[in-house]
Amino acid sequence: MGVATLSTDVQRRIYRLMARMKAVDDRLTKGILSGEFIAIYFSHRGQEGVAAALGAALRETDQLVTTYRGAHDHIGKGIPLVDLFAEIMGKEIAPAKGKSGTMHIASPETGVMLSTGMVGSGIPVAVGLALAAQLDGSDRVVAVSFGDGATNTGAFHEAANMAALWNLPLVMVCQNNLYAEKTPTDHTMKIKKISARATAYDIVGVTVNGNDPDETYAAMSEAVERARSGGGPTLVEALTFRLRGHAIGDDMVYIPKEQLAEAEKNDPYPAYRQRLISSGAFSEDELAAIEAEATAAVNAAVKTVAAAEFPAVETLMEHVYANPEKAPA
Amino acid sequence: MQEQEMTMLGAINLGLDQALAKDGKVLLLGEDIADPAGGIIGVTKGLSTKYGADRVRDTPISEAAILGAAVGAALAGYRPVAEIMFVDLMPIAIDQLLNHAAKMRFMTAGRLTQPLTVRTATLGGMGMGNGATHNQTLEAWFMHIPGLKVVMPSNAADAKGLLTTAIFDDDPVLFIETGALYGARSSVPLGEVAIPFGQANVVRPGEDVTIISYGLGLTQAVAAAEALVAEGISAEVIDLRTLLPVDFPTVLESVAKTRRAVVVHYATRFAGPGAEIAAAIQEELFGQLAAPVVRIGARFTPVPQAPTIEAAAYPNVSDVTDAVRRVMKGVREVVS
Ligand SMILES: Cc1ncc(C[n+]2csc(CCOP(=O)(O)OP(=O)(O)O)c2C)c(N)n1
Ligand SMILES: [Mg+2]
Repeated sequence: MGVATLSTDVQRRIYRLMARMKAVDDRLTKGILSGEFIAIYFSHRGQEGVAAALGAALRETDQLVTTYRGAHDHIGKGIPLVDLFAEIMGKEIAPAKGKSGTMHIASPETGVMLSTGMVGSGIPVAVGLALAAQLDGSDRVVAVSFGDGATNTGAFHEAANMAALWNLPLVMVCQNNLYAEKTPTDHTMKIKKISARATAYDIVGVTVNGNDPDETYAAMSEAVERARSGGGPTLVEALTFRLRGHAIGDDMVYIPKEQLAEAEKNDPYPAYRQRLISSGAFSEDELAAIEAEATAAVNAAVKTVAAAEFPAVETLMEHVYANPEKAPA
Repeated sequence: MQEQEMTMLGAINLGLDQALAKDGKVLLLGEDIADPAGGIIGVTKGLSTKYGADRVRDTPISEAAILGAAVGAALAGYRPVAEIMFVDLMPIAIDQLLNHAAKMRFMTAGRLTQPLTVRTATLGGMGMGNGATHNQTLEAWFMHIPGLKVVMPSNAADAKGLLTTAIFDDDPVLFIETGALYGARSSVPLGEVAIPFGQANVVRPGEDVTIISYGLGLTQAVAAAEALVAEGISAEVIDLRTLLPVDFPTVLESVAKTRRAVVVHYATRFAGPGAEIAAAIQEELFGQLAAPVVRIGARFTPVPQAPTIEAAAYPNVSDVTDAVRRVMKGVREVVS
């Protein structure tokens, strides 16, 4: 897929999202490593291009399912930053009131219907959401984001078959960051391209350079349009890299030095910035303003969340059942 | 209300039919459920013809995706009723029930809910020689899942009434049918009757001992109670109907009166649901009991194929009558 000619409006939107994603990741990483925050966090640093392209290709009314490594996807879908930080830190002001955590964030208000810590398990849930969209006769599209490792689960294959069989409005986005925890992808599958798995289900599969947001956006838009117009599901494999390893604190000793150096060289964030400047359509000042805005928004959100309390002990048993009257306690 | 005698299979079919008619958001998903098959033994017969193959939807043999799709559809406002053919197949799908459905309300502080029902069946006690992987009685597993409800009806009327409650409940429900009871007939109200969860049924009043059971075990409890009349023993029999939640007040009220209790089930005796019931009774009524609470359950072995040893793995009526005689004497149970 060649570099598509995107409108500057779309590029601006993508860059804004990427800046926000990176600012969130930088702040969480710094806060966790310094001991300022106590939180579990799976960094998306390096994968911003994929999530921004996806976010820009979806409508507000479309729905998204993602994973523990999903903060970038949430931001792409428009989650308020206070909600995001509060969920990650388990504060009382979190919409889930301290009962979700990084791996389990839902933001139905922005269309994030599930984030799961169970590798692969979100994909069948997205099938159900897409089935509902189809039965409703709505033009809603469902996107589901997952890793390369997830495509080795039975859940992926069961869901891909079902989505294909029922011709569902689903976009399956595999963020292939070349590792699943500490294991390189080529140790766990014989095929070279994950998108080839689509052929087994008679659906369209494409591989794109996930570090190129424009190329990725073109593929996402095409897949979203196919889903919306009744053309069924698509598997989009976006090649990318997790620059900060599996979880914050990962020493990444299992990654060959040359590979890491190469990945850092291909960091989509500075590369995209450079492209926008080179295109002549964006000034240094404009991009700096976008970045400053992202940083300010993150700092403001962190300030609010840091000042918030953890939930009161009395809230423990809330929300186990609609009606707890007869339930065990 | 008008009633009609029918099998449990027919009552479940009628319950599904009425739910599909009542609410366009009710959606059935499962293997072989659509017509002409209408289920492997016909539980869903006629429903896809009546309500369309979109709403009574055949699926591939993909247990994880069946429950996953049910979770997703429930997130989007449907009331899915997913069928997992046998409870032995639940392990393939349990991730979705355990990690998504049962925790959704909690993990979103009530912003997303899971009004879904999983129907499945235990073939335990059918005596068909299905062997170890198609004969299990696993309800105790699911009683360990906060956020879930577990239902196990023992008769046609209860099956219909509890299924209606399950489908319209706003939390996820595991509805375990019993293969050996599909053909059991009883009088069933034809209109919509929803039996609340956590409301046990005193199926037979008595004075001397309380026999607590559910599902197929109830058949033995009742048979034992009838046999014991000749010995002058008056047994009260309680059908729990739902295992999560358990109606402890009804159980405790009965045992406070009889001072003796025997719990019967097809699940293994070891760490079976009876352990929870027995523990609750002794916690609340310790000083009032005339005998230790006795649990009768399956032996702790995979279920074998050959009829002689298959039958020996499960409790039988004489196990129950023997247990009642022991508690009547107040002697401690002898564990074989
Ligand atoms: C079903 C399951 N198996 C194992 C794990 C432990 N685990 C968490 S993340 C992970 C790696 C997943 O890799 P991938 O799908 O490529 O996603 P990535 O983390 O690279 O984004 C593993 C094995 C899990 N959470 N769920
Ligand atoms: Mg990966």
